Amino acid sequence: MPQLIDSSGPLIDDWIRLDDAMPPRGGRVIVSLERLKREWREISASDFAVGVELAADEPIEEILPLLPRLEIVVLNFGKFADGRAFSQASLLRNRHGYGGIIRASGEVLRDQLAFMQRSGFDQFELADGEDPASALDAFTEISLSYQPTARRAS
Amino acid sequence: MYAYSQVDQQLVEQRVAQFRDQTRRYLAGQLDEEVFKQLRLRNGLYVQRHAPMLRVAIPYGVLNSTQLRMLAHIATTYDRGFAHVTTRQNFQFNWPPLETVPDILAELAGVQMHAIQTSGNCIRNVTSDPLAGVAPDEIEDPRIWCELLRQWSTLHPEFSFLPRKFKIAVTGSAQDRVASQVHDIGLQMVRDVNGAHGFRVLVGGGLGRTPVVGKLLREYLPREELLSYVDAILRVYNLHGRRDNIYKARIKILVNAIGIDAFRDQVEAEWDAIRDSELRLDAARIDAVRDAFTNFDYKALDDDPDTPHRCARNPLFATWYRQNTRPHKVPGYRVVYLSLKSHGQAPGDISAEQMDAVAELADRYSFGEIRTTYTQNLILAQVEQSELEALWQELTRLRLANPNIGTVSDIICCPGFDFCALANATSIDVAGDIAQRFDALDRAFDVGPVRINISGCMNACGHHHVGNIGLLGVDKNGEDWYQITLGGADGNDCALGKVLGPSVAKAEIGEAVERIIETYLELRRSGETFIDTLRRIGRDPFRERVYATTH
Repeated sequence: MPQLIDSSGPLIDDWIRLDDAMPPRGGRVIVSLERLKREWREISASDFAVGVELAADEPIEEILPLLPRLEIVVLNFGKFADGRAFSQASLLRNRHGYGGIIRASGEVLRDQLAFMQRSGFDQFELADGEDPASALDAFTEISLSYQPTARRAS
Repeated sequence: MYAYSQVDQQLVEQRVAQFRDQTRRYLAGQLDEEVFKQLRLRNGLYVQRHAPMLRVAIPYGVLNSTQLRMLAHIATTYDRGFAHVTTRQNFQFNWPPLETVPDILAELAGVQMHAIQTSGNCIRNVTSDPLAGVAPDEIEDPRIWCELLRQWSTLHPEFSFLPRKFKIAVTGSAQDRVASQVHDIGLQMVRDVNGAHGFRVLVGGGLGRTPVVGKLLREYLPREELLSYVDAILRVYNLHGRRDNIYKARIKILVNAIGIDAFRDQVEAEWDAIRDSELRLDAARIDAVRDAFTNFDYKALDDDPDTPHRCARNPLFATWYRQNTRPHKVPGYRVVYLSLKSHGQAPGDISAEQMDAVAELADRYSFGEIRTTYTQNLILAQVEQSELEALWQELTRLRLANPNIGTVSDIICCPGFDFCALANATSIDVAGDIAQRFDALDRAFDVGPVRINISGCMNACGHHHVGNIGLLGVDKNGEDWYQITLGGADGNDCALGKVLGPSVAKAEIGEAVERIIETYLELRRSGETFIDTLRRIGRDPFRERVYATTH
């Protein structure tokens, strides 16, 4: 299990990843885009708390109709140098007014956390080997910003 | 000169502290090699053939004398006593020990300088017209817009991990002196029918393995909408640019793949959604940046009536005046080019002693301002005409007065195999060989304006595709050979050169270039420059001459 943090410290992950083979269940579940689309009727009728995880090449436009029902959107950094998820988060927050949780998964590195936060992410599943305590420093290294992004530097 | 605000200063200092910690963690084995590479690149630090190379940003190519003295100090203290001016107006140091780079960056921050985003897959230092603010044909000073772009692009959280590097050039005149057509985005200041100022926007230009001339994206963009429009372009690119192949990842490949019209539709749709955001520049914001630039206290002068007499008395001065100076928009002043293309010198290289001396000359003759050019020379842009002869004498002593600006020996050249890990072949010695062949100044002047560009490999840092004569180093069984292209141009008439024929061995490349020039001299009509003649008669006469066997 990757270490989960937000900008103030470690978090307990109370979401369950429901992989495509696992049967539907209640509680707080994160599913793939494919499953979300396939089982949408069932999911929307249930009282599940539901979220989705998107890969960098899955356009956020796919989930826009479902956005009000999604409590969490996980954007996956397949490779840390693949910056598409920054734009995905930015669009969700700024363009589509998404107010739920945006979480980063995959190769989530300490030295990119501040950019992620400013693009609209608020939870981070740290990559293996990252130290959650020292990772927090990343949020305060740069306290100024020029751009009107989802969040300003703090 | 732009003076840093408190925000600018703090941000640069925080960035230095951040990089110092990253370097510490890397040296302590806590940061993976590949991760640190991406971080150091975004702070201008490459690892080259012999040592690290640090590229320092010179925003829009303007320096003050304090900053140039700092660069001299860095060259002496941390490097081997010289630096290199690049085609994107930056300074490069070729030998700084990696562990000293945080200290170098801290010293730079002390004089309002940095190396942020001078490499890596992010928005690079924005380049501009070296005659910005002084060119008589200027519509508006482009540096204000460059600075606004610098701020917008600096540590942009969304656009710091792009598919590939991203280069923007801005010109404020009708005359293109920044090669804007071979940039990812080229911004050309224009007036609309009502006289309002805006930008003609080009996209998808670039050199490298797939050279492309930029395509027209928008005929007129109101200037206050610059940031929202560029933001829209970057978002489309960040989401849709290819990431599977480093050689197919520049925006030019995306634009070519989907076509400029489809690309424009995507950008305009994106732009529509953000036009009325905080990105729209209001007058106060624009004025604040404009006010942060120093206004020079020009004297009320007429054009110097003695200059023609001085020229008549001293033919050497006259030659330099004709070749190395340009008009200034203020009467009584003149723009002076300092040639970094002297005999025995790698094109664009400058020693620490020269840097210190130029800083002093800038203080005495040019309001303490120095500029770097796309052609890898320096400029003192604010010189009183009556002081030109005295300045010329000092520059001559410093070996910075070679009167070859725009001539056959003013060669644009990458560092090549001598320094660069990517290069296939050397470039500096080839430039030296060619320059030497035209050493007799009369011969160089007779040839007139011609641009020669040399790249040591297909990454094209010497911009060989847009040289009137372009040379590309290729490796043939471990030997240096050179492919010749003819007909490239980097100005308003931007064009990509076409390959002349089979590549030529190093021992013969100087001779081949000489034959090309001789062919021109024999076949030109009165008043024709090299490129004029080439365009009229085509490549065949040049090809026949270059590949004719003489033995």
